[in-house]
Amino acid sequence: MKILEIKNMKKSFGNLEVLKGISLSVNEGEVLSIIGPSGSGKSTILRCATMLDHMDEGDLLYLDEYAAKSTQGGKSIYSSKQDLKRIRKNFGLVFQNFNLFPHYSVLKNITEAPILVDGISKKEAELRAQSLLDKLGLADKSDAFPYQLSGGQQQRVSIARALALQPKLLFFDEPTSALDPELTSEVLKVIKELAEEKMTMVIVTHEMQFAKELSDRIIFIEDGIIQVEGSSKEIFNTDNARLKEFIGKFGHK
Amino acid sequence: MSIYFILTQLGQGFLTTILIFILTLLFSLPLGLVVSFGRMSKIFLIRTISKFYISIMRGTPLMLQLIVVFFAPYYVFGLQMGSSFRFTAVIVAFVLNYAAYFAEIYRGGIESMPVGQYEACKVLGFSKAQTFIRIILPQVFKRILPPLTNETITLVKDTSLAFVLSVVEMFTTAKQIAASETTMLPLMIAGVFYYVFNLIVALGLERIENSLNYYR
Ligand SMILES: Nc1ncnc2c1ncn2[C@@H]1O[C@H](COP(=O)(O)OP(=O)(O)O)[C@@H](O)[C@H]1O
Ligand SMILES: [Mg+2]
Repeated sequence: MKILEIKNMKKSFGNLEVLKGISLSVNEGEVLSIIGPSGSGKSTILRCATMLDHMDEGDLLYLDEYAAKSTQGGKSIYSSKQDLKRIRKNFGLVFQNFNLFPHYSVLKNITEAPILVDGISKKEAELRAQSLLDKLGLADKSDAFPYQLSGGQQQRVSIARALALQPKLLFFDEPTSALDPELTSEVLKVIKELAEEKMTMVIVTHEMQFAKELSDRIIFIEDGIIQVEGSSKEIFNTDNARLKEFIGKFGHK
Repeated sequence: MSIYFILTQLGQGFLTTILIFILTLLFSLPLGLVVSFGRMSKIFLIRTISKFYISIMRGTPLMLQLIVVFFAPYYVFGLQMGSSFRFTAVIVAFVLNYAAYFAEIYRGGIESMPVGQYEACKVLGFSKAQTFIRIILPQVFKRILPPLTNETITLVKDTSLAFVLSVVEMFTTAKQIAASETTMLPLMIAGVFYYVFNLIVALGLERIENSLNYYR
């Protein structure tokens, strides 16, 4: 089953054409990684897919339902507010810089959305949060505030916050690039465990070894288009000169 | 002249001062938030009106505003206002003035919030109201507490301005007594009152600030 489908996504900022027609789809249980040089539009894909930004042209579908559909002329028309609200529940997003709520404890960071958005009881939300914290190795941190945690811990809390809404798909935008190398591994480990549980994920990353091990498919994007798409094996044994150079640069960091 | 006599004379003024202070905060803090929304509105007309309002309130003396509010009903509408209107006029003028200052403080705080907080809320599915009330406003409040504190302390001092409308206000009384009895004592007592009043307000604000220190 296709969880996410993007068809011919285009996005410009003023005169800068960032995405020139991106098409991709993600099946249930699949891990898709997006790699590419900085400024190539990776974040823009995620921002458009999560509807933080609106794309100019193209289609966006979750579970075969249109969130945005291009018209005759190409321009995307978004679905009604109510529909988008429902569609939004399909996915979660983990930010590069966490964006935790600093005035909330770890527990409240995680329980607030399930209580407010899904309407589950406080008690159930806390049970759910606690079990997520246990799983992510943060069992004793539920009363801490974000500023008291290391970057790696904060990022794991933000993963727990996204998971608490039980999304069908989780997006990650460079989840470790704000972290010191020694903190990176604890976050990568958590994502790997999610992959083993067949969580559907779309991950933008510069961690080549990690992408190689984890991904069912990898997309290499440059200049706003998908240059190469393939299995992990195909990508890392590519003939494409640019991709080779790119992997060379990041692979041995 | 006994201290007792002075204190009873000044007592009404003390009470009025404190009442002006409390009522001004009570109304101007929420009104300021509304004005700041107007100031940040996407609608040009609302934004321009709010901007104009703020610039007039901040660009003219509070004393002049007091006089205008006090005499406006008579000179503009030909209405004869009772003596109780004096107090109302003082409150209205103070609220209008302070709302403008608070609006700019709110705006600074709201605009300083990182966009990531809004984006996290959006992805989590919070409504706009939930986002603002639960996530943005509490953090804004912590950020703007220092300038809010300054403004509040200025307000304590500004309450003495109310004497232009001869509300029975403390300095007024103190001056009357001082003139007739030719002693400095009432003025000194008035000074002590303001000092203590300020001190209490400052301490209260410090407590609020400390109570928000549980996060950064
Ligand atoms: N809000 C924006 N306004 C203008 N330009 C933007 C905006 N967001 C991104 N860009 C530009 O779009 C390009 C792609 O950005 P981004 O998707 O963040 O790249 P990546 O995540 O691959 O590093 C960059 O040139 C960036 O400067
Ligand atoms: Mg990026």
